Amino acid sequence: MKLFRNCGNFFLGLPAFVWLLIFYALPAIVIFFIVFKPVDSNGGIGEGWTLQAVCELKDPSYPAIMWRTFWQGIVSTFVCIAISIPICYQLARISNVKIKNFFLLLIVVPFWTNFLIRIYAWKVFLHPDGALKHLLVWMGVIPQSTMLLYNQWAVLAVMIYTYIPFAVLPIYSVAEKFDFSLLDAAKDLGASSFYAFRKVFLPGISKGVLTAVMVVLIPAFGAYLIPDLVGGKDSHLVGDMIARRVFTDRNLPHASALSAVLMIAVFLPLVAFIWFRKIFGTKSPDDAKLQLKQQDTKQRLGSSLLFTSDTNVSQNQQKGEEANE
Amino acid sequence: MKFFRKNRGAAQSRFPMLITLLTLIFLYTPLVMVVIASFNASKYGGSWVGFSLIWYEKLFHHDVIWNALLNTMIIAFFSTFFSTVLGTLAALYLYRSKSKFKSVYSTLIYTPLIVPDILMGISLLMLFVLVISVCGGWVNSILGINMHLGFTTIIIAHITFCLSYVTMVVLARLQEFDHSLIEAAQDLGASNLYIFFKVTLPIIMPGIIAGALFAFTLSIDDFVITFFVKGAGDTTLPIYIQSAMRRGTPAVINALSVIFLVLTFVFVFGTQKLLSRKKS
Repeated sequence: MKLFRNCGNFFLGLPAFVWLLIFYALPAIVIFFIVFKPVDSNGGIGEGWTLQAVCELKDPSYPAIMWRTFWQGIVSTFVCIAISIPICYQLARISNVKIKNFFLLLIVVPFWTNFLIRIYAWKVFLHPDGALKHLLVWMGVIPQSTMLLYNQWAVLAVMIYTYIPFAVLPIYSVAEKFDFSLLDAAKDLGASSFYAFRKVFLPGISKGVLTAVMVVLIPAFGAYLIPDLVGGKDSHLVGDMIARRVFTDRNLPHASALSAVLMIAVFLPLVAFIWFRKIFGTKSPDDAKLQLKQQDTKQRLGSSLLFTSDTNVSQNQQKGEEANE
Repeated sequence: MKFFRKNRGAAQSRFPMLITLLTLIFLYTPLVMVVIASFNASKYGGSWVGFSLIWYEKLFHHDVIWNALLNTMIIAFFSTFFSTVLGTLAALYLYRSKSKFKSVYSTLIYTPLIVPDILMGISLLMLFVLVISVCGGWVNSILGINMHLGFTTIIIAHITFCLSYVTMVVLARLQEFDHSLIEAAQDLGASNLYIFFKVTLPIIMPGIIAGALFAFTLSIDDFVITFFVKGAGDTTLPIYIQSAMRRGTPAVINALSVIFLVLTFVFVFGTQKLLSRKKS
């Protein structure tokens, strides 16, 4: 009977597994395969094997582009998290649930707004004849000739803008469960507010911060639309170079080679993240308890995207586990 | 300011609140600018010419946009349906399974959530190009089907990235519910199938609906992946907006953005109200 049920279970999972194997895992392998194919005269993939695409990666403009992708990813992740921590601290401390949810909703709404429209809003905002430009010129901060749009600072600003909700949500879902009386205890023992914040609150939310780093850094490495639409000649990133190779040059092997590089760049922090979580998980009994509460950070991230307040999830979950035993 | 102070007497720094408010200003200023610009009579944006509703009027008579909207809806409908079915089944599997294989499975389900869009888009494009160049010829001669990039490839791609989100949302709901209900049903002699349809399914239904809504929104919003796997001439709404943005910034897009913004607000606040009512 048990065997039968296990089999049934297996068939439940099978369709999605096969689907992702064919349309998610296989395409990733296909990329590495096409790197070694020559270009066809009409933009397709030719016969035979060649190392041409790999050699083309030596393009003199690429090191600068890769370096820019790297530092912009790091900087935008850092800024997003530096902003999100005080926000989450503030949100978690608001005791009025209605006001708390309202604030949270205000932060989530941009996340739900169409991505293109958010970028478009920035194009309007930084328009050469727009309000911000006039204001800055009037204040004497910049000369009339400065372009606010189409440079790497515009790209960085829009990246930070886009990823703030991504950083707030996972940190908030952990901060919400933080026991703030611990901070008071630290203060009673003579710690300054900032010291207590640094030594008690930050370690308490480290799991959420780690997830936030993940969900900002990895998409930031692959940013394509932002440099494409608000960037200029000096602000290409790897993402929009890939698109350029596909749509402008019709050079699929070359695009594959660039994508393979990006894929490796994305894969490394992902592995580091999983490894980190394992290490953090078995450090102390308190940590283990915290981990039990959080179960799977990504599931939690997901539920917090939709149900802005999911305080009772983990409690019920624990109840369920107890019931199982 | 009273409600911001939770703990007795402990003086709290104003700094976090200041950051929160500044961030909200940062998040909303560009959006407010678009709303203002949409009422500007000037054709290319920039300085204020005068109040006008002309762009909204133009929007309603814009056939290309309406056609793009129709395409978007067709694609969103099919991809939501299939991804909801596949995703719910996967969530049920993950919830019940205790085997070692589960960790491989959940890696496959969860990594698509953070992999950059562009990687998913280009790898699917490569797969489709490869399959079409290898099999296209004989499929055409045997079955008479002309394989090409188009709605089918867009829908396949959308199912792929929506699936993981559906699984995540449904699984969260599954883990939330009281497992003893199922045990009670088992003790009372209900069959597994009966339990599934009479206990499990009604309980996780809100999760399935939330997952489907999530998938629908993601499908409507997606630009990057669609752009890679679409055929020449296929236009969805985001594709249209992007091409209009690249050509310059026609003022109709302002009006369209405002409508999008309003719908988003209504949608998010609506679901919030709905969910909070269900909880209480």
